[in-house]
Amino acid sequence: MSARPPIPLPRPTELSRPHWDGCRQGELRFQRCRDCGAAVFIPQPVCGGCFGSELVWETSSGRGTVYSHSVVHRPPVPGFEVPYAVIVVELEEGWFMLSNLVDCEPSNARIGLAVEVCFREASDEITLPCFRPSEA
Amino acid sequence: MSDHPFHRVALVGAYHTRQAKVLEGVRELDLVIESIRGALGAAGLRPDEVDGVSVRSSTWGLNPREAAAWFGGRPIWTGVSLGIEGVMEAALAIASGQCETVVIADAQAGRYTDRAATSPWTRPTQEFVACFGLYTAVEFALIAQRHMHLYGTRPEALAEVAATIRNHGAQNPEAVFFGRHVTPADVLASRPVAEPFRLLDCAINSEGGAALVLTTAERARDLDVTPIHLLGSAIERQGMAYVAAPVWDKHGASGRRAAERAFAQCGLGPRDVDVCEFYDPFSFELIRQFEAFGFCKEGEGGDFVMGGRIEIGGECPLVTGGGLLSFSHPGTAQLLQKVTSSVLQLQGAMPEGLTVPGAEVAMTSNGGAGALFCDVMLLGRNPA
Repeated sequence: MSARPPIPLPRPTELSRPHWDGCRQGELRFQRCRDCGAAVFIPQPVCGGCFGSELVWETSSGRGTVYSHSVVHRPPVPGFEVPYAVIVVELEEGWFMLSNLVDCEPSNARIGLAVEVCFREASDEITLPCFRPSEA
Repeated sequence: MSDHPFHRVALVGAYHTRQAKVLEGVRELDLVIESIRGALGAAGLRPDEVDGVSVRSSTWGLNPREAAAWFGGRPIWTGVSLGIEGVMEAALAIASGQCETVVIADAQAGRYTDRAATSPWTRPTQEFVACFGLYTAVEFALIAQRHMHLYGTRPEALAEVAATIRNHGAQNPEAVFFGRHVTPADVLASRPVAEPFRLLDCAINSEGGAALVLTTAERARDLDVTPIHLLGSAIERQGMAYVAAPVWDKHGASGRRAAERAFAQCGLGPRDVDVCEFYDPFSFELIRQFEAFGFCKEGEGGDFVMGGRIEIGGECPLVTGGGLLSFSHPGTAQLLQKVTSSVLQLQGAMPEGLTVPGAEVAMTSNGGAGALFCDVMLLGRNPA
């Protein structure tokens, strides 16, 4: 028996810490521009739409659909158990994030699949936001 | 003669060192030096005629200012950029009178040692991608998958691209995969890597170096070479590569604006291009670039690449030396290699079966939609 080698985990920055703190608390957080209303992710110091600086953190519904996907058979490092599904999720609030599809066969990944966020504790400091097929 | 600054510049020497999966006992630094000697030799120029240097080696941490000392301290200009961007930067330095003759070189050896992992340059470390098992193949796969969904692009089209480029490399004695012919069926039967990509859809990993010499079009006339003229070039950047989700709606046309600007600089269009030395990290990327660069409409790239069009005798000969899928992918030197391969093709220096008869204009590119950048360059046997 040997433990699985580690996967590369995030090291939160000053900019990204609210997102990762949210994950530990079971909330999927993104930034909203107060000036133009755009949803912003990944975290930015200014809005990419209007260059506004008033970006406030909001909690997503965690619901979205699969925008694109790839079932991976060759991992970048041995720590990932293959096959696994990498997905681009389009969240209800109109922003995109990269994640993994979990709680189902990777081959279930298809564009348009309704998904909801679920959180996976990866270490004492880091909880990863993953997605599973929506129940409803 | 046109008054665009690029049109005052000619590419007069291009060279590739030996390429191999692993060059046993060869130091990266030696590859850099060999490639410089080779490119200067091809141009018929002496090291003491170099007054601009853009030479690097990532493993050795060699930067252009250090390498400037190799030329007797004569160089007065040094560059900082890679690949097509680096060639543009050198061309503008020459055109603006900062220097006359620039040597550009890059090489990779000895960096890929942990074979349980994918190569270091495929593995981003960014906090919103690395933890989900993303690497370059997946990033480009996510763009490909969306295109296949939207337009019905078939795996057979991806396989056609991969097989065609790999078969060009199979005929190139300098290619790492020389002699390794494959059929589209072989591509479709190879093991899956990151769907829809299979092993033979993906670039290889290898070691080697490349170098290029540029000078003024005026100086080029005095040299005993076939000068290749810089007709147009532009870069297109949409953010850092490999830090966020690639989204087709935002990034799928990456390179369109760069291509439009490059074509406008010389009054040419896609129909004038005789050789397509496009960036080929993964098979689908070529389909995307034919669309983005205006060779066909968005969504039609899958049909466009079928029926022999991208073979040497076809209308759009594609990656004629085997590219990153078969010739070599030596770290960041692969970016420069796209330009050197274009120069060698236009100079008629490719092996006979891989020479495009009468080719006058080549288009080349770096990067693609998975990387959120796409730079292009147009080169010609004749001045603009």
